[in-house]
Order: sequence, then structure tokens, then C-alpha cells
Amino acid sequence: MNNLIFLIPIALFLGALGLGAFLWSMKSGQYDDLEGAAWRVLDDDDDKPKPD
Amino acid sequence: MSCCAAGTESAAELEALKTDGPSAEEMWLSSRALGDGLRQVDLIVPGVHCGACIALLEKELPKTKGVDHARVNLSTRRVSVVFDGKDAGGAGAGHPEAVLTALGEKFKSLGYPAHLPGGADEAADPAMRELLKALAVAGFASMNVMLLSVSVWSGAEAATRDLFHWVSALIAAPALIYSGRVFFVSAWGALRHGRANMDVPISLGVILAYGISLYETITHGEHAYFDASVTLLFFLLAGRVLDHMMREKARSAVRNLVRLSPRGAMVIRDDGSREYLALDEIEPGMRLAISAGDRIPVDGRIVSGRSDMDFAVVNGESAPQLVEAGSLTPAGTLNLTGPLVLEATRSARNSFLAEMVSMMEAAESGRAGYRRIADRASAIYAPVVHLLAIGTFIGWMVVSGDWRMAMLTAVSVLIITCPCALGLAVPVVQVIAAGRLFENGIMVKDGSAMERMAQTDHVVFDKTGTLTQGKPQLINAAAVAADHLAIAARIARASRHPLSRALALLDQTGKDLPEFEIVEIPGDGVEAKSLDGAVYRLGRSTFALDGHTDGPERAADASQVILSRNGQFLDVFLFSDQLRRGAQQAVARLASLGVDAEILSGDREAPVKALASELGMTDYVAGVRPRGKVDRVQALAAAGGRPLMVGDGLNDAPALSAAYVSMAPASAADVGRMAADFVFLHDSLEAVPLAIAVSRKAGSLIRQNFALAVIYNCVAVPAAVLGHATPLIAALAMSSSSVLVVLNSLRLRRKTKVENFARSAPDQVSTATVASAGLQASA
Repeated sequence: MNNLIFLIPIALFLGALGLGAFLWSMKSGQYDDLEGAAWRVLDDDDDKPKPD
Repeated sequence: MSCCAAGTESAAELEALKTDGPSAEEMWLSSRALGDGLRQVDLIVPGVHCGACIALLEKELPKTKGVDHARVNLSTRRVSVVFDGKDAGGAGAGHPEAVLTALGEKFKSLGYPAHLPGGADEAADPAMRELLKALAVAGFASMNVMLLSVSVWSGAEAATRDLFHWVSALIAAPALIYSGRVFFVSAWGALRHGRANMDVPISLGVILAYGISLYETITHGEHAYFDASVTLLFFLLAGRVLDHMMREKARSAVRNLVRLSPRGAMVIRDDGSREYLALDEIEPGMRLAISAGDRIPVDGRIVSGRSDMDFAVVNGESAPQLVEAGSLTPAGTLNLTGPLVLEATRSARNSFLAEMVSMMEAAESGRAGYRRIADRASAIYAPVVHLLAIGTFIGWMVVSGDWRMAMLTAVSVLIITCPCALGLAVPVVQVIAAGRLFENGIMVKDGSAMERMAQTDHVVFDKTGTLTQGKPQLINAAAVAADHLAIAARIARASRHPLSRALALLDQTGKDLPEFEIVEIPGDGVEAKSLDGAVYRLGRSTFALDGHTDGPERAADASQVILSRNGQFLDVFLFSDQLRRGAQQAVARLASLGVDAEILSGDREAPVKALASELGMTDYVAGVRPRGKVDRVQALAAAGGRPLMVGDGLNDAPALSAAYVSMAPASAADVGRMAADFVFLHDSLEAVPLAIAVSRKAGSLIRQNFALAVIYNCVAVPAAVLGHATPLIAALAMSSSSVLVVLNSLRLRRKTKVENFARSAPDQVSTATVASAGLQASA
């Protein structure tokens, strides 16, 4: 019984974290272009290592 | 052409590639301010196919001076370009205009023709986001509550059980309020009008289940239905989201088609200065400059200039007509060959286009009376369920006298019978069916359109542009001399006239012909001087033969063009409109589906009759005005029929909205595309019988699902009424019935295939490339 006092809030917190992450990703427009994102990951133009 | 995936474009996209890009003024009108002097314009770029296209556009576009950055959205094939909208204050041309002109050029030189979104442009649907958020919250709540419920069912001791019930109650309450709003609001709206829709039993079931469970929790009871109420919401919301997603997809696809009506026009002021004004700002009496290839923005009368005009959107007639000073030009018609100056006679609000729109609104009754299949089913279902629940409550009160026990049993009946099959199974079937149509280039506006399509028993076809291609084709190629044809085709490349374009398709680029100096005389034809002094003329007989009368008799049902050399008759070319691909097969398949077909055209009697006999159709009406089309469609509906209208012109738009269900090709006028329930992208008319067949199949699957739901209720309800439905059994029964109907719906998916007509046939692609090559050469 005692450990439930901790475990239930932890479970709920983790769940809420997932929910929050989903809502945030939706708000920041990450689902606006799913096909484009699949291609962009292959495009390595911008993240070249800096020449020393 | 774009970098990759040649041949994946649909016919409509190829069509889009051929059109000229939007003018800088039009882009300016459709752009919106972002603050800081920056403005954003959204353009549709059908040529974007892969990561290389994205990288190229995003890297190259900002190199245009004044462009801040560009972002490609591959799913919607759109590019958002943010540019500096501040007027630099320089003399003459404003700075932003130069930026946009450069931007248009950049798109062209990169090989990605861009155009502006067609139709009313709105931001992403807020309702969809709200639904998704509600679904996420319901998903979170149902998972956590279910977790707690499972431990209760596994035999938690009394104190733990109470604690878990309290935690469940705390999670479920906000989730119900937030996610359940959608249903509560809709149910309340229906009840206030004295109707019952599907949301009434849902809302009642969910609220009562929560209420009784809360009471149970307070009184340390054993059974609580928190899990049932939130899981139910989750399933039903999933159905709603699917329904909405289908609509969103079709709408964005329709919005991406080329916009045909202009956003504004170049106004000539009294002092001779020119200014580009938005459509709403154009007043009667203003003088407008219309260049060749533009559409007429508002009704007007021609002040000066001479040209050929395409009136197909107005009267359905395919042959272009000669216009001169004094001719009237309705809004929406297309100026083909020469520049015109016209005086606006009516403002945009009162123009022909607006007249059509108001006629459409008046005729909207064709589908207003339609109630969704799920709503109709629930009108029978809901009272039965509610009576059953009340009966259970009274029965248990009489038998045991324990009101708590009676209430608990009644609520379990409500939960068990909650219409998951209606809420989830209908959208799942429709989304799958819509996906299947989508693969074949047919877009469905919403689920109700599909339900109506399944019931149609009579198809009304428009002629020009629907049954026919709306483009003339040479019909006497065998009768003309080969070298005459070669010369005519070469000369014709310089003209925009549809007959010239048809001739230009036959031009052999490699063929060795003398150099020509070509001048187009609007309204008459094309004159070409070769270097050795010979003058070739291609056009009307009076023009080509210079008044001589040794030309052939005018053909009755075909347009003709005459080629002459120094005023001497050389040859005559005859053209007529050709059948759209698959028209014959479509009519035959419609007959085998048991659907009647008829033609309703604004064109003259002779061509309509010829077409009808070619297709083997007996019913046709020629020379019909837009009002007449509406009347005919409404008469069919009044006689108990369910007419499907297939049409493309502006003159068909009122009939499209008056019909029980409607369909338009992607080449249709903007208003028509917006009004139609279905839009088909590919050239072939076989899309019509396919849409009917798939809709009928979807309809029968929906009925099967209802039957499954009824059978399931026959087993589960007696158990619930007798009080055997514990929360565990309710949860199991509910989920299993949902899974069952979804699995049954997925059977439609198995048959997914791309029909023959929707595949890009090699010959189809090659003609399209020839056409665009010819155009580039002439540009």
C-alpha cells in the first residue's frame, strides 16, 4: 500500500509527460509534413563538420 | 521538368505544369504580412517529389534578392516563401513587385512551375487539431484508468480498490469534460431541436456511467465504470478523427488544383496609368486591360481589340468565338488570341460568376435533406436502447427494490449497447474506400457524399469538357497533303488558339522547313512570310483566301481552318471535339451497374445528337441554360430519383450543387470543383462508374457492420439486462465488438488496386510532353 503512494503519481507523471510531448509536437507543427520529414533526414547538406 | 519520378504526375498536374505562373501582382494579393516588413506567400509546386527537390528549392529560392527563406511541404506540395515586403521607396516599380517577379522567374528556371492555391484559401482546419488533442487526452486517460481497473479486476483488497477508484475518478473527470465536449455539444444541439442523433445515446451513456461510478466510489461500492466511459470516448473520437482526416485530405487536394479565376485585373486609369486591383475593388465603368491567355475577371463590354474567346464555361460550346469592340464578355471566359481593353459593366459581386454562385446557394437543397446513415440508424437505435435501459431499471426496481442495483444494471445496459459500430465502423469503412478511390485519382469530399453516391440511380452528363475533352482534334489528317500539314503545324505553333494548338501537336520538330516570320492576327488567324517571299495564311476562310471564294463549303459540324499560299487555297483542316478517354467504357459500365445516363448540354443540337449516338445514349437535351440544368436535375429528384451530376463548366455549377450527388473533373471551373462531392484527377471518365461501384461496396460493408453490431447486441444485452455485465465483461465486450467491425471493414482494403485507366499509360505521358515541348518552343 505504501509504495502505491509513490508508484501511482510516478505512473501518472510519465503518462502526462507523453501526452504533453504529443501536444507540444503537434503545436510546433511536426505533423504538418510527414513525407517531407522522411526525405529531409537523408539530406546532410547543412550539418557538415566544420573544416578545421 | 523536375528531377525525378517522371510519369507520377496525374493528368491534372501535367495540365498545371503547362499553365503560366501567377503574375507578381497575383502573388502580392495572396501574400500575408508576418510583421517586421516580411510577407509570406504560399505557392503550390506540383513538381516536388523527393528530398532532392526540397533541398534544391530551399537552397536556390533564397538566392533571389529580397527572398528571406523558403520552406517546402512535401505532403501538400506547397512552398512557403517569406520575402521582404517593404517598399524600398524607389521611383516607379515597387521593390516587392520586383522580388516577386524574380521569384516567379526563379521557379521557372529551376523547372518547378508554381501556381497559387485554387479556391478560398483558409489556414489548417482548427477542428482537426481540436479533435486530435481530444483524442490524445482520451487516449491518455483511458490507458491509465484501464491500468488501475485491471488491478481492481485482479482482486485488489477493499482499501486499495477504493483508492484506485478515486484516482480513476480524478483522471476521468477532466478527460470526459475535455474530450467529451465534441459529443455533448452536438447532442445538446440535436436535443434542443427535438431530434436525436448518434451523440445523444453516447453522451447519456458516458455521463450516467461516470455519475453512478462516482456514487459507487463514495459509498465504497465494488463496481465502477470509469474505464468504460473513457475507453468509449476514445474509440468514438478515433472514428471522428478518421472521418475528418478523409475530408481534410480531399479538400487540400482540391485546393491544390490550379486556380482558374483571376484574383484581380490590370485597371487603366483615365490618365493612362495602369494599376493592378483586387477583384473586389473593380467598379463598373473601369477600363481593364486583358492580355491573351487571361480569364475575364468581371462582366464587361469590349472597348477595343479583337480576339477569339473561349465561352465553354458559360454555354458549353467548344468552338471559340470571335469578339470585337462592343461584344459582351461574361466573367470567367478565356481570352485566347489578342489583347483586349474592356469596360467593366458590373462589379465582381454582381457578375456572371456571382450569379452562378447565388444560384448554387439557392439550389443547395439537393443534399440538405440528407441525413448520414449513422444518424438515421441511431434515430431508430437510440430510443430502443433508452427504453431498454429504463425497462431494466424499472424491472429490477420491481424485482429487488434496490435502486442502486437497478441503476447499476441500467447503466451497464447503456454501456454495452453504446453505438461503437456506428461511431467507428462507418468512418473506418469510408476512409478505406476513400483511400481506394484516391489511389485511382478520385477525391471524395466527405463520407456523406459516398453514402449518397451509393444510392444514385441516374447520371446526368455535361457534354463539353466532361464527355468530351473540350479540346479540338484534327479529324481529316488522312485527307490533307503531308507537306501542307507540316507547314500548317509549324505556323500554328505561334498561336494560342485551340485549333492552332491541336495542329501544332502534329509538328515534327526535326523536319526541315523554311524559316518563317510569323504574325498572329487576332480573330482571323496566323500569317507567315517565308524568306522567299511567299505568304502563307492559316485561319478563317475570308482571311486566308483574301476575299476569293474558291474555298470549300463550310462543314456543318466541324470547325475548319484554311491554309493558303499567296491567297490561293492550299488545304482545309477539319476539327472536332473528341470523346474523353474511357467515355464509351464508362457509359457501358454504368448500364451494367443499372444506372441510367443522359446528356444535358448547352451546346447546339447537332453535335450533342452526334455524341449521344456515338455513345449509344438515347436521352439528351441540347441548348440548356444553367437554370434549365438545375430544373432538370430537380425534376429528376422530385420524381423520386437520385441524380448524379457530372459536369465541369461554370454553367454546370448550380446543377452540381442541386444534384443529389455530384462529380467534376479536375479541369473544371473553380466554383464547380468546390461544389462537387467528387473530383477526379485522371483523364478517363471511367472514374464515374468506379466511384459508384466502390461507394456501393462501402455501403454494403457498413450494413454488414450494422448487422454484426445487432447480432452482438442480441447476445450481450440479455446478459446485461439480467445483471451479469460486470465492468470487466462490459470492457471486454465493448472492445471486442469494436475490433470486430474494424476487421470487417479492412476487408475492403484487401482489394486495393489501381485500375487500368488510372495508370499513367506511356502514350498518355508522351503526348503530354510533346504538348509542353511545343508550348515552350512557341513561347
